[in-house]
Amino acid sequence: MTAAATRTPLLQLSGITKRYPGCLANDSVDLTVMPGEIHALLGENGAGKSTLVKTIYGVVQADAGEIRWRGEPITIASPNAARRLGIGMVFQHFSLFEGLTVLDNVALGLPGRSANRALAKEILEISRNYGLPLDPQREVHTLSVGERQRIEIVRCLLQDPQLLIMDEPTSVLTPQEVGELFRTLRTLSAEGRAILYISHKLQEIRDLCETATILRMGRVVANCDPRRETTSSLAQMMLGGELAPPGVAGDPSTAPPVLTIRGLSLASADRFGIDLEDIALDIRPGEVLGVAGVAGNGQIELLRALSGETVSDRPDAILFQGEPIGHLGPRARRARGLAVVPEERLGHAAVPAMSLVENALLTGYGPKRLLSAGMIRTGETRRYAESIVADFDVRTAGVGAAASSLSGGNLQKFVVGREILQEPKVLIASQPTWGVDAGAAGAIRRALRALAGRGTAVVVISQDLDELMEISDRIAVINVGRLSEPRPTRSVTVEEIGLLMGGVHGADAAPELVEAAQ
Amino acid sequence: MIRLERRPAPSRFWSYMTPVLAVALTVVAGALLFWALGYPAGAALYQFFVTPVETGYMRAELLVKATPLVLIGVGLAIGFRAGVWNIGAEGQLLMGALGGGAVALAFWNEDVPGLIVLMMLAGAASGAAYAAIPALLKTRFNVNEILSSLMLTYVAGLIISIMIYGPLRDPQGYGFPQSRIFHPAATLSPILEGTRLHFGAVIALVAAGLAWLAMARSLFGFQVKVVGQAPQAARYAGFSQPRMVWIGMLLGGALAGLAGVIEVAGPVRQLNDSISPGYGFTAIIVAFLGRLHPVGVAIAGVVIAMSYIGGENAQIMVGMPLAVTGVFQGMLLFFLLGSDLLIRYRIRLRKPGVAARPAAEPVPAVAEPRVESA
Repeated sequence: MTAAATRTPLLQLSGITKRYPGCLANDSVDLTVMPGEIHALLGENGAGKSTLVKTIYGVVQADAGEIRWRGEPITIASPNAARRLGIGMVFQHFSLFEGLTVLDNVALGLPGRSANRALAKEILEISRNYGLPLDPQREVHTLSVGERQRIEIVRCLLQDPQLLIMDEPTSVLTPQEVGELFRTLRTLSAEGRAILYISHKLQEIRDLCETATILRMGRVVANCDPRRETTSSLAQMMLGGELAPPGVAGDPSTAPPVLTIRGLSLASADRFGIDLEDIALDIRPGEVLGVAGVAGNGQIELLRALSGETVSDRPDAILFQGEPIGHLGPRARRARGLAVVPEERLGHAAVPAMSLVENALLTGYGPKRLLSAGMIRTGETRRYAESIVADFDVRTAGVGAAASSLSGGNLQKFVVGREILQEPKVLIASQPTWGVDAGAAGAIRRALRALAGRGTAVVVISQDLDELMEISDRIAVINVGRLSEPRPTRSVTVEEIGLLMGGVHGADAAPELVEAAQ
Repeated sequence: MIRLERRPAPSRFWSYMTPVLAVALTVVAGALLFWALGYPAGAALYQFFVTPVETGYMRAELLVKATPLVLIGVGLAIGFRAGVWNIGAEGQLLMGALGGGAVALAFWNEDVPGLIVLMMLAGAASGAAYAAIPALLKTRFNVNEILSSLMLTYVAGLIISIMIYGPLRDPQGYGFPQSRIFHPAATLSPILEGTRLHFGAVIALVAAGLAWLAMARSLFGFQVKVVGQAPQAARYAGFSQPRMVWIGMLLGGALAGLAGVIEVAGPVRQLNDSISPGYGFTAIIVAFLGRLHPVGVAIAGVVIAMSYIGGENAQIMVGMPLAVTGVFQGMLLFFLLGSDLLIRYRIRLRKPGVAARPAAEPVPAVAEPRVESA
């Protein structure tokens, strides 16, 4: 925690360059991590964070540059070599077997260890020392996302790492779980272990990290102390420009609801899915309604129930402008003016191998009148795709490019744009900025607010609470298939939402925090 | 050292070239096979690939054989595009022949104008009705249509047998298992003097053209492709998958049935137990060799028809067993599926010593087992 100019850096990268066909992922990147430091690596998607981290973890070999570990020049040939040096990594997506116990999963990740009592004892010891409560005998599928992350962290800590790389660790956690995680990370730092913390959540970085290296287009553009910066100054460094101000959450609309949901209960078709239970909601023209919740609490099922991909046997469970539509499929609902942006871009919102023109046709054929006598009006369809690309700043080689060739952010802009240009009366968007860089995310949020400004009722289902607090007029929380009463965003706190999100998962949220919030 | 490297995007060039490569490899492997069996390889290949296009009559025969292959192949290709695996076109062909043939035999000694049209409608309807069985089983009970449609093929063969040994047997036929010869009004007469080329070839060509138009320009074709490539996106767009199973099966069945009735009304002119030399199965190869594209199927139908005529020629002229036709067709499908790897992967040759730097490798996502993600 001290300025350590005299100490030897734990890890020192200099001039790291990595070129992929058609893209310079890292351009002469320097990075110095001191022992015990919590060091943020900040940048948009595609800024080169992943490549740099993979270089450190031995997954990728740099084309040029030098890596020093405790002052000694080294090469890191593989993740195994990295682990032997004392580098651990917790990935954004976990690598766990659902049907096995915590102990089995930990043993599988540690070469040469088996799932015996000694290992169980070590797990318990580490989980006690670092505030990571875990039962080694529990099966993984019974655990919350936060608990699963703890398995990954414990697995890393068992190898006594000196450097722990955390890749966007909070994207799946409730605010309470985030607090827990930060406490653990600070304990580790106090022991002299360094943490390389990758995120694009600026507030978090300001709360947690003492140093930040900011990447933009493969280059280091700044090194700073995030505690002395503001969120907007960090964003500016990351994006290289001024962010347009986000839409301001306004007063809840009082217009009569355009979509009314009453007593909507649906059993999930998926064995591991979540059943929807007695969902009730009014959605009014001109408002943005946020649905918060930890992933896997029925968001996917809710979206499908609203889009018509799963239908209810009770037509009046969903009323669209007073007309029962619960029994109607996606086509009929869309024809009435209900548009949907699903969470999964490739394979659900878009057909990966098809061109943007064909993907524009996918949902636009009805509302945009792209057919005549069952035949495709190719000129019209092409113009529609071109207008999406132009209006929503989709970066692509052309509308003939396959959807899978676009970056996540650009494809998301295309999908959102495709739905918005149909001028729907209701738009339901799930995780509209998931995995999208900050610039594109801002553009998508502004477009959603603007759509609401034109009188459309917008529902945003998101795990990003900051996003919902920013753009929603009202917020409801989904937890194990139940939806809470929506509350005006102005009169609700992040803590209250967090507790609702915790719901059943509250069991593993810190009890003292729950008490404190009550 | 040979390594396979995933291409960033499927290669358009190779998706057109692999059928050509497969045909070339089949020729080479065929020559080796003839040589190993002790036949004169040059003469055998000549019989196989040159004789069928040497004379006008042979070229017409080529089109006669290509007609059912293209008709069935076009229908199957649309189904396959939608992910509907109808393997039972042979059975649907036989049922179409039976349905159309029954109409013909009902008027065996009458000159009924337009009878041939009625036969075709009956044949197409019979083929579609037979294909409806696997479609119903699939949509109602989720029965795998590959198995049900394939097994129903053998049932169809037995039904034909029952009919030509029983109710439809020619009373003046000395007990042979075959029906009466159709009345001329119930047959397709040659459209080219001195050959067996009949109007069915025109129907096949029109079917391929219409299929191309539907696949390239209509919402129907678009639905077929979306359902086949991304079922979840199809549900999202409001395209029903069960409906596509029905359409894919019925369309394939109707075209196979039509091919069946055209066979009995054209070259065969009666019902017997050798209506089809396996056209329904061979059409699967035709569909894939033609890249599931109607125009490609039309070309592939002619190429594969060559193996039938070439096989017969090789049998007559060089004395090879007729099984060589099936061997050629099998090799062709084998090489096609094998070389299709080149569409998604490229082959990298590299000397073992230089392999030390894996810098250009695609990045493995995670080193550990990857099962669950939040």
